[in-house]
Amino acid sequence: MNTEKPSPPSARLDAAAIAELIRTGKRKELVFAILGVFCLAIAILTLTAAFLSLLLDGWSRIRPEFFVNFPSRRAAEAGILSAWVGSFMVLIVTMVAAVPLGVGAAIYLEEYGQKGGWIKDVIEINVTNLAGVPSIIYGLLALGLFVYYFKFGQSVLSAGLTLALLILPIVIVATREALRSVPVHIREAAYGVGATRWQMVSQHLVPYSAGGILTGIIIGLARAIGETAPVITIGALTFIAFLPPSPISTEPPFLNFDWLFSPFTVLPIQMFNWVSRPDSSFHASAAGAGLVLLAMCLAMNALAIYIRYQVRKKIKW
Amino acid sequence: MKFKFKALSLSVLSVFAVAAHANTVKVDGSSTVFPVTEAVAEDFQKANKQYKVTVGVSGTGGGFKKFCRGETDVSNASRPILKAEMDECAKNGVQYIELPVAYDALTVVVNPKNTWAKSMTVEELKKAWEPAAQGKIMRWNQINPSFPDAPLALFGAGSDSGTFDYFTEAIVGKAKSSRGDYTASEDDNILVQGVARNVNALGYFGFAYYAEHKDKLKGVAISYKGRPPVEPLEANVLNATYEPLSRPIFIYVNNKSMDRPEVRAFAEYYMKNGARLAKEVKYVPLPAKAYEYNLNALAKRQVGTKMGGENKVGLTIDQLMKMEAK
Repeated sequence: MNTEKPSPPSARLDAAAIAELIRTGKRKELVFAILGVFCLAIAILTLTAAFLSLLLDGWSRIRPEFFVNFPSRRAAEAGILSAWVGSFMVLIVTMVAAVPLGVGAAIYLEEYGQKGGWIKDVIEINVTNLAGVPSIIYGLLALGLFVYYFKFGQSVLSAGLTLALLILPIVIVATREALRSVPVHIREAAYGVGATRWQMVSQHLVPYSAGGILTGIIIGLARAIGETAPVITIGALTFIAFLPPSPISTEPPFLNFDWLFSPFTVLPIQMFNWVSRPDSSFHASAAGAGLVLLAMCLAMNALAIYIRYQVRKKIKW
Repeated sequence: MKFKFKALSLSVLSVFAVAAHANTVKVDGSSTVFPVTEAVAEDFQKANKQYKVTVGVSGTGGGFKKFCRGETDVSNASRPILKAEMDECAKNGVQYIELPVAYDALTVVVNPKNTWAKSMTVEELKKAWEPAAQGKIMRWNQINPSFPDAPLALFGAGSDSGTFDYFTEAIVGKAKSSRGDYTASEDDNILVQGVARNVNALGYFGFAYYAEHKDKLKGVAISYKGRPPVEPLEANVLNATYEPLSRPIFIYVNNKSMDRPEVRAFAEYYMKNGARLAKEVKYVPLPAKAYEYNLNALAKRQVGTKMGGENKVGLTIDQLMKMEAK
């Protein structure tokens, strides 16, 4: 290298100009930092304000009876039993359907799909587009497909499958990201000792990326629990004062699947119904239901973070 | 083999499903009728533990779509069944028993500090709300020169609601024909707040909302066809003088479903307890003889509609009872 080469004109600035340059740089940084804090404050404040107003309106309703009472025309007696049980059962179906499909599809796309193959391209474009389709469209699809064609009726099963379709793109994208984050040398090492592709995927890739995959699944489910439009479209009910039949019984065969075909309601629908009542004491019930919904969402997200932390701790590369 | 097994297990599941729903009454339809039916369903299930009732809200039109496909047993309707819906039901062989269950009244409201508009004529209301008023009728004294020269702030139902359909039909003369430059909301609570905060407000919504917020609002007496103004009171709805803003609301019961004991029991329970429960949820109940008349219609399985497939303004329950079902 020739170190004696004369420096370019731009580098031949005097000290004052350099100091000015640094000052400008720092000023811009400060402006950006303030802007960033401002954006953050707006987001956090909005959420806090919404949460506080729910808390103020709805806290008086958060009593044990609220969780074990059915909806009623008397605001003081109205509870969310059928709504939270409905939400919970729908989520179970969603999870059972979306997890194997989503994770399987992601593994195929990442590991098996031919790079640059047109099938993979078509699937990828569709998955990305599906993530942006309004949820009501899924509701219309499900109404035709699950409710009428497969004759599942306006049931827990139809709703669960609909929401599964809805969160499938989220699960697929999150799983792919998680798989990609596993370093290439892990794969190569596995191949190096003679593992087949399936052994590499099942014994290394999936366990190592489990944290990210679970996070994606839970974020997907947290979205599903708040969805209203597609569930209304397939015919969730507004008033229902009985629970789906229990999945476990004391007589053989101990398990039954009647609950899959049971009519149901979910928390957001119950909330909407209460908000639109003339009697303002129902608005407190709505706020209470909102708090429960928010708490369920936050709990699921917290669980996602916790699982990710635990899984990361176990990985020793 | 595997597929066969799947199909088999699915059909087994469906058999279970049918068995599980055998004693359930399925109701769907109007959100206006919902509070009454909900109250009936609640008490009915407490009184008859062996039966179950589900109530959905998909609007009067949406409810009839399901009802005429035979998917529901009872349809809530804030207006009579229309011609197209009658044809659809007939096509699928669905016969129905039409039962008026309560009155729904709309109330025209102003701010409590409004000293001028104690009563208004239907013509004045039309002047304020008709499509031609858009961008032109912007002050109170344009409606009536005796009103003050104050800006006019209008609050009304959004175009998807049955309230909007009924108000425009009764006041403007044609359903869904209204000016567009007013504060519209499907949520009546927003309208209540809007009128309560604005001295110059003029709004309309369901009677139940007015009854619930009487302390914050003032109801306007309505003068129809040159008659003296009538206050929005329950008594005036009952004696059919509160015209043209009150109307009966209905349930329609599938005649075939009536063969099932739970549907028959539910419909009878509705007619025996409807008056008390309608009152409790702030609706105006029909006179007692109307419920007796309905019970008779149920016993005789009087199928068909008396309303001729159209929305009728200002129909009283006495007139309704005298009409022949078609």
